[in-house]
Amino acid sequence: MLYFSKLKLFTIYFIIIFLSLFSFANLINNDDNFLLSKKVNLGLDLQGGSYLLLEVDSNPAIKEKLQNKIISLRKILKDKNIKFKSLKLENNLIFIKILKSDTENFYNYFHDKENLINPYFNNYGSYEMDYSISENESDNLIKIKYSKFGIIEIKKTILEDSLEIVRRRVDEVGTKEPTILRRGNDRILIELPGLDDPNRIKNLLGKTANMTFKLVSDTENLFGSEILSYENSDDKINVSKRVIVSGENLINAQPRFDNQTNQAIVSFTFDRAGAKKFARATSSNVGKRLAIVLDNKIISAPVIREPILGGDGQISGDFTFQSATDLALLLRSGALPAPLNIIEERTVGPDLGEDSIKAGAISLLIGFLLVIIYMFYKYKLFGIIADLSLIVNLILLIGILTILEATLTLPGIAGIILTVGMAVDANVLIFERIREEMKIEKSNIHAFDSGYKKAQSAILDANITTLISAIILFFLGSGPVKGFAVTLGVGIITTLFCAYFFARHLTAVYVMKNKENHINL
Amino acid sequence: MIFKINKNIKFSNFYKKFNILSLILILFSIFILFFKGLNLGVDFKGGTLIELRTENLGPNIAEIRQSFLRMNLGDVSVKKFGKKNDYIVKIELIKNDDDNFIKSINDKLSNDLGSVVNFRRVENVGPKVSNELMKDGLLAISISLAAMLFYIWIRFEWQFSLGAIIALIHDVIITVGIFSLLSYEINLSIVAAVLTIVGYSMNDTVVIFDRVRENLKKYSKIPTIEISDLSINQTLSRTLITSITTLLALFSIYLFGGAILKGFSFAMIMGVIIGTYSSIFIATPVLNYMGVTQKTISKEEDKIIEN
Repeated sequence: MLYFSKLKLFTIYFIIIFLSLFSFANLINNDDNFLLSKKVNLGLDLQGGSYLLLEVDSNPAIKEKLQNKIISLRKILKDKNIKFKSLKLENNLIFIKILKSDTENFYNYFHDKENLINPYFNNYGSYEMDYSISENESDNLIKIKYSKFGIIEIKKTILEDSLEIVRRRVDEVGTKEPTILRRGNDRILIELPGLDDPNRIKNLLGKTANMTFKLVSDTENLFGSEILSYENSDDKINVSKRVIVSGENLINAQPRFDNQTNQAIVSFTFDRAGAKKFARATSSNVGKRLAIVLDNKIISAPVIREPILGGDGQISGDFTFQSATDLALLLRSGALPAPLNIIEERTVGPDLGEDSIKAGAISLLIGFLLVIIYMFYKYKLFGIIADLSLIVNLILLIGILTILEATLTLPGIAGIILTVGMAVDANVLIFERIREEMKIEKSNIHAFDSGYKKAQSAILDANITTLISAIILFFLGSGPVKGFAVTLGVGIITTLFCAYFFARHLTAVYVMKNKENHINL
Repeated sequence: MIFKINKNIKFSNFYKKFNILSLILILFSIFILFFKGLNLGVDFKGGTLIELRTENLGPNIAEIRQSFLRMNLGDVSVKKFGKKNDYIVKIELIKNDDDNFIKSINDKLSNDLGSVVNFRRVENVGPKVSNELMKDGLLAISISLAAMLFYIWIRFEWQFSLGAIIALIHDVIITVGIFSLLSYEINLSIVAAVLTIVGYSMNDTVVIFDRVRENLKKYSKIPTIEISDLSINQTLSRTLITSITTLLALFSIYLFGGAILKGFSFAMIMGVIIGTYSSIFIATPVLNYMGVTQKTISKEEDKIIEN
């Protein structure tokens, strides 16, 4: 155990020097060098920032899709000459009453792989819709709903689309290095470093931003119109349900100041199709009012004074420049396919982050010094070896964290400090064992050799158990706790390396020089 | 040397007394947990946590409480936290539909106190997420206990595995009991602490077990009870030194690491002390109660020879 081949020594010190480079690269700004530009990232709890977890509420979208299904179903049933008595939507179920004689016909169409209404997913081996039949006297009642995989497929599409829109909105706000990730089937995780007030982002993400242009209707017509209230007041007006143009047709939107009133407005541009529709509607409705509706709230309802043919327009409302900017941003980035709910939010201000870094650094330094002094007091010369090993251990730990570009969190710093406390354990086990062996063995070399050998299994078992804890914590922990698991886990590996290679080599050098002398351990 | 370690302590003489003590502590912990429950943080209960700092030193805790009372937010607790004008506020009410919830609280509070209020940290956890975090936390602790059990069973014999796991459960229950007794908050970092305690306590136990196994192979005539005494004594100075260095590091976090790490380091300190104690007085006696002898170990060797 005391002999090291040249190749082994070279490898050991090469690893140490290699990792130290990465470790010290954190101290200097070296963004040009692609290898040494790696850095340990600071977690949100240390640099300040916001963490948001959003859940997509896909129910409204599912309901809307079912409504569209009914429309196409009605058409198909007519085309196929299948007679049905009633067709309605209730609790996300489509109910159809069909004559008994037509049921088979319906069934055949519904399960034809080429049918237009119920697509077949080859990858799942399932249709989009499921149905059940309850028999009556003369007709059958058929209940149709989305199958398990149909729902999964819808949620997947909604989540992907939402992710894209969220990304656009967050990017437009211009925070530095945002992280936007999907989580599971219906969640989006957003990390916004450096942002101490997430209110604006929350407001932007809280709107689906479905914009439509509709005519204000004079007569109250239960089927063709609905009563909507204003965004900024309790006033209500009657608006036609027919959509003239929607936000999908927008290609640009910008905040501006109105030259005459000096009020903030949003100017927009339609694409060609949108411009055409808009021109037609405004031409034939001069003198009527046009309602601009966002998420079922009226922003404004100006009178159409003249036909708008060029596809450009502007929205005036009760805007401040900020709210005009936000509305323009929402219109540019497009509508969310489903509303998003914030189900978890964690925000740390930058000054608290700074305080935490300071506190973490001070406690690390003090803990480190205390352990170093105690080890020297306990083992004198060998204490110094253990202390050197501890210092190298820390440098290696930081080096590996740098290569992994790991995120350092406050619990992560606690993990490093804890590693400092526990890292000496391997050397303690070895030294204590050598002490015992020295009572039996006469030769120093034999005593040290068997000390190392016999301590091995205890050290391995003891560290593997802690490693198991760290791994489990890594997979099941979230956020800052994950950071703790990473430092603890990596710390164990560097600890074993330092005790078994670095400290052992230093010990070996000393013992070889003092083969015959009395060694005081 | 400040204290000289007598290398021939008859630990086995104290097994019964300490086992009874541990049993009382466990029952007491369960009793407290049952009647007093745990002070669950927003991570596990849902709700809103705000760490705030008032710019002026003027407002006192009663004024802050008053202000929150006027906002009609249901159960609100206000506590001092760290520095003089830092407070931690916990609101049980969960409001997901109002994106301006936090901002409106800040406006009202600044207005009432006549001071700029700086929200240094805001945590808002919905009921669905808090339930999931709770489930994940319990799952993590259970899995790690099971993984330890399995590892020791592979490396040693089932009796060792049993001893280790009883010691671990003992540590976890008493640590959680202390948290319940002192009404300290349980949050995500406490779960991390408990898991680390599990790892540490295991670490300690394994070192003693390793020596017991070695001595059982070495001394074929000595009764197990003496072997366990011998093994504990042989590893005692290591046990103490490692506990001391770990505690030095932990006390450093506890005293200088800031208010956020207080609960975490406190749990760890308790855990290390209890874990060290349980390795000696719980895990090792179980080996004796389970009738571990030289035969238990040699059976293992026989199997290898047979194959």
